[in-house]
Amino acid sequence: MSFITKPKVAHPQLPRNELKLTVRDYEGAMSTLCAGCGHDSITGAIMQAAFDLSIPPHRMAKLSGIGCSSKTPAYFASASHGFNTVHGRMPSVATGANAANPELHYIGVSGDGDTLSIGLGQFLHAVRRNLNMLYLIENNGVYGLTKGQFSASADVGSKAKKGDTNQQPPIDPALTLLATGATFIARSFSGDREQLVTLIKAGMKHRGFAVIDVISPCVTFNDHEGSTKSYEFTRKHSMTAIYTDFVPPAKEIRTAYEIGQAMPVQMHDGSQIVLRKADGAYNPTDRVAAFEYIQKHQQAGEIVTGLLYIDETKPDMHELANTPAVPLASLPFATVCPGSKALASIQSRFR
Amino acid sequence: MSIASPRPQDNDFTLKIGNVNGTGSASANSMLMKSLFRMGIPVCGKNYFPSNIQGLPTWYEIRVNSEGHLARSGRVDVMVAMNAETYRKDHAEVATGGYLIYDSTWPRSQLFNRADVHILGVPLSRICNENFDNARSRILMKNIMYVGVLAALLDLDMNIIKQLLNEQFAAKASLLDANQKAIDLGFAYAKEHFSCPLPFRARTLDKTRNHIMIDGNTTAALGCLFAGATVGAWYPITPSTSLMDAFKKFCDKYRRDPETGKANYCIIQAEDELGAIGMVLGASWNGARSFTPTSGPGISLMNEFLGYGYFTEIPAVLFDVQRCGPSTGMPTRTQQADLMACAYASHGDTRHVLLFPANPEEAFYQAVQAFDLAERLQTPVIVLTDLDIGMNDWMCRDLNWDDSFKPDRGKVLTVEQIEALPKFNRYLDTDGDGIAARTLPGTHPKGAYFTRGSGHNMYGAYTEDAAEYQVVVDRLRRKFDTAKELVPPAEIHASEKCRTGFLTIGSCDNAVKEARALLAEQGVHVNYLRVKGFPFGKDVQDYLDSHDRIYVVEQNRDAQLRSLLMLETRVDPNKLQSVLHYDGLPILAKTVVDGVNQDLARGKAA
Repeated sequence: MSFITKPKVAHPQLPRNELKLTVRDYEGAMSTLCAGCGHDSITGAIMQAAFDLSIPPHRMAKLSGIGCSSKTPAYFASASHGFNTVHGRMPSVATGANAANPELHYIGVSGDGDTLSIGLGQFLHAVRRNLNMLYLIENNGVYGLTKGQFSASADVGSKAKKGDTNQQPPIDPALTLLATGATFIARSFSGDREQLVTLIKAGMKHRGFAVIDVISPCVTFNDHEGSTKSYEFTRKHSMTAIYTDFVPPAKEIRTAYEIGQAMPVQMHDGSQIVLRKADGAYNPTDRVAAFEYIQKHQQAGEIVTGLLYIDETKPDMHELANTPAVPLASLPFATVCPGSKALASIQSRFR
Repeated sequence: MSIASPRPQDNDFTLKIGNVNGTGSASANSMLMKSLFRMGIPVCGKNYFPSNIQGLPTWYEIRVNSEGHLARSGRVDVMVAMNAETYRKDHAEVATGGYLIYDSTWPRSQLFNRADVHILGVPLSRICNENFDNARSRILMKNIMYVGVLAALLDLDMNIIKQLLNEQFAAKASLLDANQKAIDLGFAYAKEHFSCPLPFRARTLDKTRNHIMIDGNTTAALGCLFAGATVGAWYPITPSTSLMDAFKKFCDKYRRDPETGKANYCIIQAEDELGAIGMVLGASWNGARSFTPTSGPGISLMNEFLGYGYFTEIPAVLFDVQRCGPSTGMPTRTQQADLMACAYASHGDTRHVLLFPANPEEAFYQAVQAFDLAERLQTPVIVLTDLDIGMNDWMCRDLNWDDSFKPDRGKVLTVEQIEALPKFNRYLDTDGDGIAARTLPGTHPKGAYFTRGSGHNMYGAYTEDAAEYQVVVDRLRRKFDTAKELVPPAEIHASEKCRTGFLTIGSCDNAVKEARALLAEQGVHVNYLRVKGFPFGKDVQDYLDSHDRIYVVEQNRDAQLRSLLMLETRVDPNKLQSVLHYDGLPILAKTVVDGVNQDLARGKAA
């Protein structure tokens, strides 16, 4: 935890985005998490991605559940509305908020306990609706605020700080998402800022439910020897299956990709993400193959990272509901109230 | 054997039909009820159905009463026993001098042996088998045939029945002919074999003009439609399901953009009730009028979010169509047993604004009002109906809509208002009514704030500071005082010199009013108050103060309304005498009369 609040003065040399804002305009309140917490790096990556995409801060909505991860929306974008919901129930609130106003950029921040234990039901149903939002799982395999219990993402054999060994198999977010029809599945590491920022940008541009499972070590309760969610373990065992580049709309693709390896994916707003395979065997548009690949490497003790699966073609919740492009909340009363004549005609059926 | 004939009961009798669910009896029963209604006779229909799809006993009860007393009558004058499984029970239920009609294709003279009941056998199955070909239509036509039998026995207007048939089968001419034939066959059989009409008979009146026959789930859905609700989230649960079904049907018709065909509404079937209320809060936070219909078990699940909505001050509208608890209870039976669970839903110091419609007509107006109250007070509002109101057809006055109606969207700051502020503070009460202004996401960077269920101060920031926390919860308490002034006033019928009064709630209305009339006949005068909202207003306190004996009539075992009165008013509990009804069927006037008489007798004995 940092005890010094930075003055809100931007250095004149700080780069500005299309809105003439600096990255500091995407800052929030001072973090109260432990020094070195992976979550703070993710917060930084979110600010960078929102800055890069030139999203007006007040056009973002930040949502979370309960836990260390869920505190973080207070630490970025003070000019955005935030919604710290009850434990495990952020997906339902995001669903309702999105139903009322599809124009905002919804960023959900959750943890492994919030998503995979108490909130697993709501999480998977948001997947099924293909709710248009970015959903980050700050995954550290442990309950931090209650001081160190295993979470549902803890690996078999992983040791707790107090010495217990986890015996129960983990719920792997990526495999679970592949099995339940998710349209954007990524995995990253809080220590790999470059990859993370790109994935966040791609996820924000994805039309549908974009999940990034970010391994985010807990320095206080799960960063010791024997833990499989520590900085050291994650660095040693993660392998990038696919490199991702984000290309904003109207920008030329300049980087030359090796033919046969570059895979551009057109996003709905005209931007592109370009995927480069680190491993020729990997295909992030083939659900079955992706499942097999991730599981195979997992069994070998490797954590596969990158944009693991993407499908830009599936309709999101609004397309399925055939709702208008403008927020339902903005419709004038005269449009939504049928009026006295309609009421009279409705009642003729009840005589 | 001769049975004393009852005195002629023109337009004052109860007809009950015992059947097997899933056999299509609903349309026959509704035709009977509607034909009486169109004859201008006050009528109501109550459906006692099982929590099952097919094969279990089900009953439909139609009360006809020219005086307009339309609570459950508690007696059966004419029973149509169509379910051999319940013959014994149905036979026992007929009042002395009443009639039992059954399918005498298989005679049951041994079973139907009461000397004080007329048994009318009609060989419905035999007639159907002789006149209809396929097996399914033989079952369905058997049901429609008793409409013909009853038309003759009760002297129903056959032209009206024909008209109803035409309306029902407008699109299916072949079905129209078969149904008409079945009715004619039943009618002819009864005319030939029985002395028609019975002493219980219908006579045309003019007492249903400007009225409709409608259930409260439909009217509540209409209220949501007219109030401008655009987001509805729900999880299916009896007996609230038909509310969202109706809302969807109305939206399909009245909420489609005429040019684009786009849906100006979004209905989300949630994964559970926890999700449903979360969606409502999310949508309301974003400025949409949003609601969820549910029943007791759903309210239990929604508790966590209800406390959240209360503390973070987000509007939400809930409909609790109460059913019989506790636990799963009896899902297809009625009760008013969620009063306490709703009033103080969730942990911590929480309390909620409640509305108590008495019938489908009020359910419409209170549904509209619920959205205004929720947005004005920035808090969840629960409309408590019950299965009796929600799923049964009630005779109601026509619903009216004032086209000049403007919804009260509460204190929501516009872009200009936000810009004019030096700083926006989410929970700062500047008007002294306990209600702080809110902003909607996406409006303006200066309007941003962090909604949190954790401790917050009046500026909206996180706090664990004792004094800061208390300022917020004390203001919430004051906001509840404001709510007292805004909830609908009680319905009161009282004469000043009378010091005895009823105090009741919701669907007890009809039974208590009928009981008043019956008691008045025996010279006992009792005033009347029906609470329509919670927190209780000054009118309720005044009524309690000005009466020495108050009969609190409600449909639950534990006297929950009485408990609420004791908790929330200054009433002396000794003045409050409970009259309780909680067997799952709608309350009777007789229960109320008996309750009062027992109390009076105790008073005399003492």
